[in-house]
Order: sequence, then structure tokens, then C-alpha cells
Amino acid sequence: MLDTKKFGTSDNEFLAFTLGREEYGIDILKVQEIRGYEQVTRVANAPEFVKGVVNLRGIIVPIVDMRIKFKLGEPTYDQFTVVIILNIGGRIMGMVVDSVSDVITLGAEQIKPAPAMGTAFNVDYLTGLGTLDERMLILIDIDKLMSSAEMGLIESVAA
Amino acid sequence: MTIDMRQFFQVFFDETEELLAEMEKLLLAIDLRAPDDEDLNAIFRAAHSIKGGAGTFGITDLTDITHVLETLLDLIRKGEMALTTEHVDAFLEAKDTLKMQLDGHRLHTPVDEQIVAACRLRLQALAHSPAPHGVDTGTTALRAARHRASVAQPGLRRLHIGLPAMPAAELDALALELAMLGSLTRTDTATGTTVFLLDTISKIEEIVNICTFLLEPGDLTIAEQEIDRSGSGAAQDMVSTAEMTQGFGFFEPMNTLQMAASPLLAAQELAAEKAREMAQGYGFFEPFTAFVAAVAPPPVSAETVDVVADAKPAAGRREPERSTASSESTSIRVSVEKVDQLINLVGELVITQAMIEQRTDSLDPMRHERLMNSVSQLTRNIRDLQEAVMSIRMMPMDYVFSRFPRMVRDLAGKLGKKVEFVTVGAATELDKGLIERIIDPLTHLVRNSIDHGIELPAQRIAAGKNDTGRLSLSASHQGGNIVIEVNDDGGGLSRERILAKALERGLPVSDAMPDTEVWQLIFAPGFSTAEEVTDISGRGVGMDVVKRNIGAMGGLVEIRSAAGFGTTISISLPLTLAILDGMSVRVGEEIYILPLGHVVESLQPAPADVKDISGQGRVVKVRGQYLPLVPLHELFGITPRYLQPSDGIVVILEADGRKVALFVDDLVGQQQVVVKNLESNYRKVAGISGATILGDGGVSLIVDVSALIRSSQRLADETLLSS
Amino acid sequence: MTKTILAVDDSASLRQMVAFSLRASGYLVTEAVDGQDGLEKARVQVFDLVLTDQNMPRLDGLALIRALRALSTYQKVPILMLTTESSDEMKAKGRAVGANGWLVKPFDPQRLIEVVKKVVG
Repeated sequence: MLDTKKFGTSDNEFLAFTLGREEYGIDILKVQEIRGYEQVTRVANAPEFVKGVVNLRGIIVPIVDMRIKFKLGEPTYDQFTVVIILNIGGRIMGMVVDSVSDVITLGAEQIKPAPAMGTAFNVDYLTGLGTLDERMLILIDIDKLMSSAEMGLIESVAA
Repeated sequence: MTIDMRQFFQVFFDETEELLAEMEKLLLAIDLRAPDDEDLNAIFRAAHSIKGGAGTFGITDLTDITHVLETLLDLIRKGEMALTTEHVDAFLEAKDTLKMQLDGHRLHTPVDEQIVAACRLRLQALAHSPAPHGVDTGTTALRAARHRASVAQPGLRRLHIGLPAMPAAELDALALELAMLGSLTRTDTATGTTVFLLDTISKIEEIVNICTFLLEPGDLTIAEQEIDRSGSGAAQDMVSTAEMTQGFGFFEPMNTLQMAASPLLAAQELAAEKAREMAQGYGFFEPFTAFVAAVAPPPVSAETVDVVADAKPAAGRREPERSTASSESTSIRVSVEKVDQLINLVGELVITQAMIEQRTDSLDPMRHERLMNSVSQLTRNIRDLQEAVMSIRMMPMDYVFSRFPRMVRDLAGKLGKKVEFVTVGAATELDKGLIERIIDPLTHLVRNSIDHGIELPAQRIAAGKNDTGRLSLSASHQGGNIVIEVNDDGGGLSRERILAKALERGLPVSDAMPDTEVWQLIFAPGFSTAEEVTDISGRGVGMDVVKRNIGAMGGLVEIRSAAGFGTTISISLPLTLAILDGMSVRVGEEIYILPLGHVVESLQPAPADVKDISGQGRVVKVRGQYLPLVPLHELFGITPRYLQPSDGIVVILEADGRKVALFVDDLVGQQQVVVKNLESNYRKVAGISGATILGDGGVSLIVDVSALIRSSQRLADETLLSS
Repeated sequence: MTKTILAVDDSASLRQMVAFSLRASGYLVTEAVDGQDGLEKARVQVFDLVLTDQNMPRLDGLALIRALRALSTYQKVPILMLTTESSDEMKAKGRAVGANGWLVKPFDPQRLIEVVKKVVG
């Protein structure tokens, strides 16, 4: 169901990036910066997609590789590898993607409801499908995704 | 030149917010039986300041309430009205209303005008209540007397009102009106004008208001004369009605204000000059000639001594200086972003310094002695700088504690409970980042204590307790942590209820569980044993969030409780960015930090000293003692360089009275590291207590030695039995 | 010579408004946050004019004025009270401690500048 209320004026700007063969978009307000992939310290016994932590100007930030988590494309690490640093409700975390394209603005009419199947992500984490010229971007609710128990990035209390 | 007042708005808003908070704090702490004069004055000044500023900057909607508030407070501080609970409640309501209005200006949040009107009316009702009712009128009377004695208040005054020629009917009407204000004598002069002599305590403004129904202000003159003068020489004021509207005035030397034989003429001469000044809103006691005002100070003669000796409590009484006043002039406002940036920059500096140290390590100390000395000096300087900068972010817990008195009072009132609220250790400091995050969990715990912990007065009495419950918040530094406790002397936790509820929810429990473990059950999500879920403390979603939040800060929560006696919730938080002496070790390609405080020694064991306990791992003989061997590579899933302890290094670690032998590949070195929190952005990782940034900018994880030792405890016990 | 003014008021917003308005008219303004602060600053420097609020913590306006007049350096310095009312009571007290005049709050910057000009030029 398309929640048109979500697409207010500031919600319409997305950072477009690629994972595997698809292009995705996330709310620009959640993005703190974009960096290269460097010097990640492995964290013991973490799931495979959690590459480890890095030092971001003095704070410790976890880095996850979405390509590994959602089995998209080949996880390679070279000088072109990009890490998007996100600020999810005060928590800083980074995600490795294949490349970052640009910042695009989508009007509400350019956004359609996300299909229930056919994308790597559960539809619960999608806010819609955006179309711009020839491009189709899968719009992700990055907040919901990164906070989910599935990702396991944020501790939940065991009884 | 016009000046845009809007540039001052932000300062005024900030100031008003602080004044309102100060006002609330004082109101909550005030002792109704013996209110402190200085506090009353401070509360008055707060309202007075807000009103003044609002008027100056044109923020008029604030003036309605502050005006009545100020009037009431003035009466109270002068002892003319007693301060009662009703007053305090009304003042607190006023504070809330003003805050709402302030937020309306600042944040554009909605303002409920009905609430504003209701508040104003409530205050006005109090202002017009006939007599000070309630508490000890003795102290009120005393304060009133003291105030009067210290201030030469004119009591009854004689006003000399000069009127021009007027129709008789109007004069009569005027006389009637004025007669209601005091005792009036009327003299019709030869020149056709009339003089009223009115003995009254009313203010001149009131007289003017009445007269100006029929007259122009300029036609009227009023002179004042003290009736009950004991001293010599009359200190008289020649006031023209126009003076009031001008807004300023200059005093005249006293000797020109003697009552002449025909006061009316003198008055009129002065009035003419005054009229001009008065329309302007300022005045001078003596006319200024040129710019150099050669002002002779008025003789401080005997009769004015009592005027001069007005005991303004601020000046006279209280010698210990109010630190709040002095702190304003010795501190500056700095934005949080700037401080954070400063801290980050210093952090970078520490890392750069570590890099320099690393590079110089490989130099020949003989040849580069002076360089090495300088680097040592630099290291010391930077450590000092870092400590100093970190302390900027440290704030006293009072910042958190001060939010509670009001909340406790309101909540206890709402629930019909009596709660005495005490704080201990408000000066204990905590990093600002943590302070902000501790507020929500503490709020929840305090609400819980009042809601579920402390019983109703009747219940307490039945239980042989004081009808007033005691709730305390305390903070203290213990080791490298800050310990914050919420303690109540209520009914305590019910073990039976908690166990029953846990069973209901399918949690693994047993009757043999020690109390400390039973209490921890309340942190399970959705757990609430409250019979009614009150909207006050939530639907049991609170405690698990509390624990999670505290865990995210790297802290622990403990509970102690005794049925019938009360409950203590104890939160311990690490003082962040602590500096740790660490030993760095390498396993495979990774480097880990061991807190030096837990390191006993390190050695390379002989192959014969390493024994295998079938199915349970290996032990190492160190100084005649067999210690469990914990291979770090197994713990953290790393491919090591060495599989045999005798090829690598074994570090003997100790915690909680137990020892283990940690098997690593190499020792790298020893250094001071800055501890960084892992849970801020990630989650708690088993076996890791934090992270640090190395000289090369990389991250290294710090091993949680206590946890490591706990998990290998069992093996050690069994080994001792079999050896 | 540029005239110097000491502005004493515990309300930061008001003090800033006064200081700003007077500085914009070419005066050198020093601010003090209460009577005590004002007195300390006055001891260090003899100003051409002192403007002081009444209700302040630590040392209020009247006490400040009295203290200033006790200093030999401040016998001839004009002092004006910034007051919220122009009652005879206020005036009596002000004159008694040695103030030269008063200015009623709220005032607008125009009036303030006008009065100050009158006094110091």
C-alpha cells in the first residue's frame, strides 16, 4: 500500500546506489556521508555480513555488507568500493554497496507501490518503486531495515 | 535609527526559560512555614525580569500572567500576603502556562488560550482574596513588619490636588469619587480654582485616572506631603501628572522642593518643566547643564538615613554569595557541536601522537635523544589536554536530578501518595552524552517507584511505616564507573508474583532461583506484574527498554529488594572514554587489547607444561598451578599463526580471584588506549568490553577479561579435582 | 573622546539590547550582570555614565548606587536608574542614594539614546 503521507517535501530526495544489478534508493536524510572501504576490524563471532567496525573520526561504527546479507552480486573490495554511512536514529552504521549514483528527487506521482515479491528485500522494508526516466529504483525504508531483528545490529533483550 | 528587536529574542527566550526553571525549582523547595526571604525575592525577580523583557521586546502575551504573578509575589515577599500551598500550585501552573507561551514563540507549538485565561483568572482571584489565609500569620506579620521597618514606606499621605476652574457639578462629582479613596478636604481658592487635600494610601496614578475623566492631565497638579514625619525637613516630591506618561525624570535637589507658602504656584512652575520631561519617560533629579553633569550628591542627612538603610536582602543578609549569580559572569555559552568537535579533534591528536610514538620507537634513542624527549613531552601534554577537554563534557548529575522534584510532586499528588524526594550526590559528574541518555530510564524507574513501590498513606500506616514514603536518587563514582541508584522504602518486589508471571509467560524459572535472578525477570519484554496497568508507568514495556538503553551505554542494572522494606535499582555506567593501560596481543592478523590491570604475567610455556584434559580442552602449568588454557583464536574464530602454546605466548589473566592462561600468537606492546564504546552504534559483543583506536587509525577490540574467566570457570574446577 | 557607559542589568536580553543600541550610537559600553559585578567593574574604570536596573541578585540597584557614591571617583559621575515604575517611593529612594535620574522600563532604544545624549553628549 502506498503511504502517500510519507512523501512530504523532504521525503522526496533519495540517494541512489547499486547492489548487484538493481538500483536502490534511500531517504537522503538518513545518509551522513559516503566513504571508501578501508581498514575494517573484524568483530569476533559476528555474522558474515557484518564485516566489522571502523574508526570514523573517533567513533566506532559497524560496517555491514548488504551484498552478503541479501546475496546480491559479488562482494568485492577494491578502491572503488563504497560505504554509505547512515545515521539511523542516532546510531551510526555503514553499509557496503557496489556503487553510489546520485541524489534524485521523486515526486509522489513517480512512486508506485512496491511489489510483494521479486525483490531481494522483504516488502515490509520497501517504501515503493521509483521511476525516473528509464531508471527504476527500489526504495528502501533503511531505518526499518537496519533496526530490524533480522539484521541483528541492534541488541534486543533476551528474557 | 531603528533597531530590530528580533535579534534579542533568542537571548530573551533562553533567559526566560532559565528563569522559569529557576522559579519552579525555588517554588518546589520552599518551606511554607518559614519561606526564605532570599528565595522569595529570587522568585519575584524572575517574574519581574520576564515581565520586563516581554514588555521591552514586545512579546506582550507574556505580560498578562507575569504582571499578576509579579504583583502577588511582591505582596508575599513584603509579608503582606501569606504564601500557601494554593499559591505555590497557582505559581507552578503559571510557570507551565508561561512555558507553553514561550514555546509558542520559540517553537511555534500551539498555545491553548483557555489555559492562559484560566491561569490568569486563578492568579487574579488569589490577588484579590481578602486576607492571607492558611499558614502561620505570625511569620508573615513579622516579615511585613521587617519590610516596612526597613523601607520607608509612605503610609498615609496627604495629596495636594490643584484643579483649574471647573463647573461646580463636575467638581462635586470629582470630590465624591476622591472622597472614596480617603479623607478629603476641599478648599476653593480666591482665583477660582480648587484645592483638594486628600489623605489617602492610594497611588497618585489612581487619582490621576479618576481626575482625567473630567480634566486634561496638564490641568491638574498633585503634590505630595508626608503626614507622619518625625525628622526635620520635608522630603517632598513635586509630581506633575504629565510626568507619569513621559517615563523618565530627573530629581531636583531637595531644597528646591520645600513647600512654599503658595504651593500651587510652585507646583505649577515645576510642573511646566516637568511636563516636558515626563512625556518622555525619564527624569533627572537635577537639571543637567551642558554634558558635564556636576551633580552634588544629595546630603545624606539624618532624616534620610532610614530611607537609605533599606535592607534589600540581596545586599545585606546573605553573605555566602549565590553561586548562580557569579557563575553567569564567569562562564560562556558554547554550543554542544563545538565541544564535540573539540573532543574529536583532541581524539585525533591523541592518535596522531600515538603514530609519532610508533615511528620514533624504532629510532636509536642515543642518536635521537632530544627528539624522543620532545615526543615524551608531547605525549604528556596531549594526555593533559585530553583530560581537560573531556571534563568539559562532564556535567553534574544535578542536571538530571533537577527534573524530578516537580514530576514526583505531581505524580504523587495524582496518585494520592505522600512522597519525600531526596537526592544524594547531585554534584557527581557524568559525560554529557550519557546524561542525556540516562534521563528516560531514570524517569521510568522513578515513576515505577511511586506508582508500584510506595504504598498509599493508609497502607503504609497499617504496615507500621511513616505515612510519607521516601524516594531517593543517588549518584557516586565507584572505580571507573558511576553508580546511580533509585531507592524507595515501599513494599518491595513480590517474588511470588514475579515467579508466577514468569511461569505464565513460559520463562524458564525454578523455585530455587536466588532473589537476584528473580528480580532480573522483570526486564523481560512485556513483563508487568502490576495488577492494573496504569497509564502512568506504561504497559510493562518499560523495564526491558530501560535495560536495553543502559546496556547500550555499556552499563549494568542490578536490583535489590526486600518485601515490606523497599527496592533499590542500581545502574552502573562506565565513565566513557576512560583511558586504559592495555597490552596489545596479536592473533592471526588481528590485534586485541588486554586491560593491563588483569594481566599477571606472560610467558612461553614449555611443551611439557601443556596438558590435554580429554574432551575439555587444555591446561597449562604455571608456577606449580594448572590454569585453564583459553586459546583466543578459538574464542573469536580466528586463524592463528600458532596452534601450540609453546610456539606462541600465554598471558596469565586474573579477575574475580580466578586465573586463566590466554593463548595468543604474539605480544605486540603496551600502551595507553582510549576506550570507545561499541554498543553506541552496534551491540554488545560477547567477550568484548569495548574498542579502541590504534596509532594507525585502525580499531582494536578490548577483551572482556571477567567474562572470559567466568566462562572457563568450570574447566578450572574440574582440573583441580583431577590433578 | 568616546564616552564610556556601564550598563548593569541581570537580564541578559535587556542588557544586550541596551548595549547594542548605545554601541550603535558610538558609545563604548561595558556590561555587568548584577550590582556586585557592576561595582567591581566600576572600581577598575571610571565610566562617563552608569545605567543600572533595580531588582538584581547579590547587590541591587539602590545598593550599587549608594556604594558608587561612596567612592571618591564616582562623586560626579551621572547615574541613572532603570526602573519599572515611576512611583514617588522609587524616586525618593533613588534621590536619597544619589542617583541623578531614572528611565522607565520598558523603553525603546530611541528614548534611551536620547536620554544618554542629554547626559553625556
